[in-house]
This record gives sequence, structure tokens and C-alpha cells, in this order.
Amino acid sequence: MSHDPETSTQTSPYEDLYGGGDAAHWAFGTGFEDPLAGLGAGEAAAVPEGVSPRDLATYSLMLADDALVMSHRLSQWCSNAPELEDDVALANIALDLLGQARLLLTRASAADPAVVPTLPEGSPVPAEDALAYFRGDQDFLNVRLVEGEDADFAEAVVRLLVFATWRLALLSRLRDSSDPVLAAVASKGVKELTYHRDYAGRWFVTLAQGTEGSRARLLAALDRLWPMRPELTKGHAVESRLAQCGVGVDPTTVGDEVDDVLGQVFAAADVARPDAAGLAGVQGRTGRDGLHTEAFGRMLAEMQVVARAHPTGRW
Amino acid sequence: MTTTVDEAQLLEDFEHTVAQHDRIEPRDWMPERYRKTLVRQIAQHAHSEIIGMQPEGNWITRAPSLRRKAILLAKVQDEAGHGLYLYSATETLGVSRDELTQMLLEGRQKYSSIFNYPTLSYADVGTIGWLVDGAAICNQVPLCRTSYGPYGRAMIRICKEESFHQRQGYELLMTMMRGTDEQRAMVQESVDRFWWPSLMMFGPPDDQSPNTAQSMAWGIKRDTNDDLRQKFVDMSVPQAEALGVTLPDPELAWNADRGHYDFGSPDWEEFAQVVGGNGPCNAQRIAHRRRAHDEGAWVREAAMAFAAKQVDA
Repeated sequence: MSHDPETSTQTSPYEDLYGGGDAAHWAFGTGFEDPLAGLGAGEAAAVPEGVSPRDLATYSLMLADDALVMSHRLSQWCSNAPELEDDVALANIALDLLGQARLLLTRASAADPAVVPTLPEGSPVPAEDALAYFRGDQDFLNVRLVEGEDADFAEAVVRLLVFATWRLALLSRLRDSSDPVLAAVASKGVKELTYHRDYAGRWFVTLAQGTEGSRARLLAALDRLWPMRPELTKGHAVESRLAQCGVGVDPTTVGDEVDDVLGQVFAAADVARPDAAGLAGVQGRTGRDGLHTEAFGRMLAEMQVVARAHPTGRW
Repeated sequence: MTTTVDEAQLLEDFEHTVAQHDRIEPRDWMPERYRKTLVRQIAQHAHSEIIGMQPEGNWITRAPSLRRKAILLAKVQDEAGHGLYLYSATETLGVSRDELTQMLLEGRQKYSSIFNYPTLSYADVGTIGWLVDGAAICNQVPLCRTSYGPYGRAMIRICKEESFHQRQGYELLMTMMRGTDEQRAMVQESVDRFWWPSLMMFGPPDDQSPNTAQSMAWGIKRDTNDDLRQKFVDMSVPQAEALGVTLPDPELAWNADRGHYDFGSPDWEEFAQVVGGNGPCNAQRIAHRRRAHDEGAWVREAAMAFAAKQVDA
């Protein structure tokens, strides 16, 4: 096969790629979808009748924060994974969850702008970033499972398996939400989480059945993380209220499905379901109440440091 | 092809193919030195993608907006993907990813020296996109027409993605320049640090580049270091003006006679230091890669053991 002779020797090596000296290509956008594409502006901002705007915002923050924090921890695997293929896969999953978080933060700010931290006058920081970067740790409503830094790849696999199984159960029901934004986010998320769960499930079985060493690491990771499992389906008053009016999903209703799916993976891996008590809260408060782990404060300090140094900055 | 064809005839056919700007494909005969040169060049490029994940990955957890975090994470992920295509291209030449990874970890193969510089502010993410990816594109676009088919085809996809990264980097800097005074100062300081190392990315001056002549004769390389460096300077000056930053070179001036910008000489002593292993981050980058590789060993072993059990079952 002959290819082009060098008749087209360019004056600029870029020309082959995107044409001559047109300056318009510089601000090309990012290639990421508009969070609320497909929904009218009015529909996107409206709160369904009979629903407390603060409740809807709080519920959106709960789901957003789970995804945001999990995404952050997964992104720490970048350039650290056991194989290049896993580096790519973990980054992909982190990106999916970051995308879900952005949609949900935007939903929270639209439902009740009062949840968005106040920034100096004239600050161009958008609501999603004000929520991600300018809330304190006790304003985050994520479950504690997502907060820890993975000690090894086995821990990443176990955490992701439990998380994706639970979140898939939630979002598959949330597709029927009477809030069109949450329903749209859930529809997109279900496809993503199906892959995340599959990826983690395959590695769970592989590590369990691989070598003695990999099995020992997997079981140790499972023992460390299992106490965080009950919190996932404990339920919070806001979740319960939103479920009653058809907007949200009550996590107490997905416990059986989560255990059933995990049970299938455990069976395939020949791993016994751990028998550990749930991690206690403090005066009954856990992640959904803004009560977090020590690791979370350090994670947020790192995540927020640049944004907080430039509260009127443009990025 | 028959077994009676002698090497002289094979070499003649090979040289004819290259002279016609046709592609050499994996099953074609090729001189051993051509194969070795290609392995060295493609592996060095693959390693650069993998090591290049570190300086930018350094800022993923501190990205100051969620949009920028998504862009940066996607970019670093693309670099892992580029590493994968390029290692695949070397596999068509009979060298495995494992072998090349070992050579990288043992310091027997190199990667682009630019990644031995530290990233010290978020503006560096933009500057790397604009200048470092820009310089990489200048080097790489001609390689889309390189004589070895799998390499050329990998480069087409890589160059498209690199050009996207370059625009994103420039757009970040543009956005920061519209921000606060502190942000503008951050951009200028970053450009001051990365301008000269970017010029060094084209390699030593032509009269000190030992491999250029043979690589050009084989169609592996298509432009000299100095020609590419000049192209890069000529493109970057108007972009710097549009951005509102100053390039840190007092000798930079338009030369109407040549139709090019004149520019100063990079500090080749520093270049020699960095290439020689004494750059600010050489040891750190390799230590990071070695740690990640070693920490992943038990996972790779488990996957192999599991796969073997599936075959047996």
C-alpha cells in the first residue's frame, strides 16, 4: 500500500491535524457533555410539587458526595495501578463518578441555592465548585465507605465492588424518580455502574482464586471494609421522606439486593460472607449526618487547597 | 519470497520501499539496525507517555475545579492509552512490554527529559499542554508518515489526542489570564520555567545529533532537530502574544530576512545534566514507576495464576 508522497510538506506540523491559522480552534471546549442537556432550563430547575427544595438539595448532595469522594480516591490510582490496563480502567471509573457528582451538585444548587457556600462578591466560581471546594468536612454527606485511602489494590477492588453494587441498586430504582434530573442522572449512571461492578467483581474473583497471597490480601481488605457495609443501607430521614414522595430511593429497601449480588460474587470467589458488626457512629451520627473519618479531613484539605487559595479565581 | 533471495536483494527492496515513501510492515524484511533503531525510538516514546503521567498526575487531587479535574484525569488516562498503543507497536518488532518496562526501570532506555522537571503550580498543567504537548506534536506529526507502518498508524491517533490536549492546556492558561493578578503571575512564572526545557525537547543541535542522518535516510525521522525547533518557536511566539505572556528570551526577535524568529540558545549544559540522570526529578520518576511496578507484582501474579487455573479447569 502506497501512502501519500510528501507533496503536502506543511509549513506547520499542526496543519495536518486541524487546519491553518484559524484562531477559533483554541477555545474548543472540553468535550464533556452539558450536565442537563435534553432538559429544558425550567424543567431542570423546577422542584417537583410537594417536595421540600432543601430535602431535594440535601438528597442530591448525598448522592453527589458519595460519587465525588469515591472518584477522588480512585483518581489517586493514576500512575500507580498494577498494569496499564487497570490504570486506564480506574481512571475511567473515576471519570464516570466525577461526571455523576457534577450533575448531582448542579441539581442540588438548582433545587435550593441556599446550600451553596457564599463566596466573595464577584467570584466566578460556579455552584458545583463552590459545593465541592468551599464546604467544610461536616457539610459533606457521603457515606464513610468512600473516604479511606486504599491500602492496596485488593482494598480498591473490595471497596469498589461494595460501592458499585449498592449504588447500582439505588440508581436503577432512581430512574423512576419523579424528578426528571435525578431520573436522567440515574439512567446515565446505571450503564456506568454496571461496568464498574463488573470490573470489581472480576478482580474480586481473580484475587480470591489467584495465589495464596492475593487471597490473603483480598480477605484482609474485606475484613477491613465490611464494617462500613451496614451504613450504606441504614437510611436517613431525608432519604426516607424523598422516597415517600417518589423522588428518591430509600436505601433500606435495597439491602437484600445488595447482599444477594455480593453473595453471588462471594460464592464464585469461594469467600465466606464476613460476620462483622457495623462501624459505630458518634452519638448515632454517621456519614450522611456529616460525621466522617480522620482520613477524610486530610483528603479534603488536599482536594480544596488550590481552589480555596483563589476564591475569586477563574479556572 | 523464496529462500534464494540474498540479503543484498532484500536490502535493495527495503530501500526502494522506503524511498517510495511506502510503509514497511511487521512481516517485511528489514535491516537489523533499522529494527533496533525503531525499538529504541518507539520504546522511548512509550516510556515518555508513562513517565509523563507523573508530573501531571501530581495535580489531579488538587485540581481547582471539577471541570479541570475531569479534563486532567482524562488527559493522564490518554497518556496511559498512548503508552499501550506504542508498546503494542514495539511488540510487532518482537519486543515485549515486560522487557521494555524492565529496561526503563533499570535505566537502560530513556524517556523524554522534559518529565524530569517538577510541576510546581496548577498553571504548569496548562503550560505542559501548551508548550510540552505543542513541542511533542511538532516532533510527532511528521512521524505519522514514518516508514514503519504500525508506528505511523499509532502516531496518527496519538497526534489527534495530543492536539486536543494542547488546546485544553492553552485554554486553561487563557482562562487563568482572565482571572486574578495572582493567577496571571502564576502563568508567567510557569512559562518562564518551561520555555527552555520545551526547546530542549527537540534534542541537541543538528551538528551534535549522532542518530539523525541514518534515521532520516530510513524515513524513521523526517525533519532535523533544529528545523523542528525553529518551527516550534515560530508557532509559539504569536500564541504567547495572544496569551499575554512574555517568553523568557531577550534574543527572541523576528528576522525578516530569514522569515523566522531568531532565538537564544538553551542551556545545553543543563540539558546534559538532565539527560545524564541528574535532573530535578530523574530519580523520583523512576522510583515512582518502580514502586508502582513492584507493588503491582502480586496482582499480576494472581491474574496469571487465575488464568492458568481457568485453562486447566
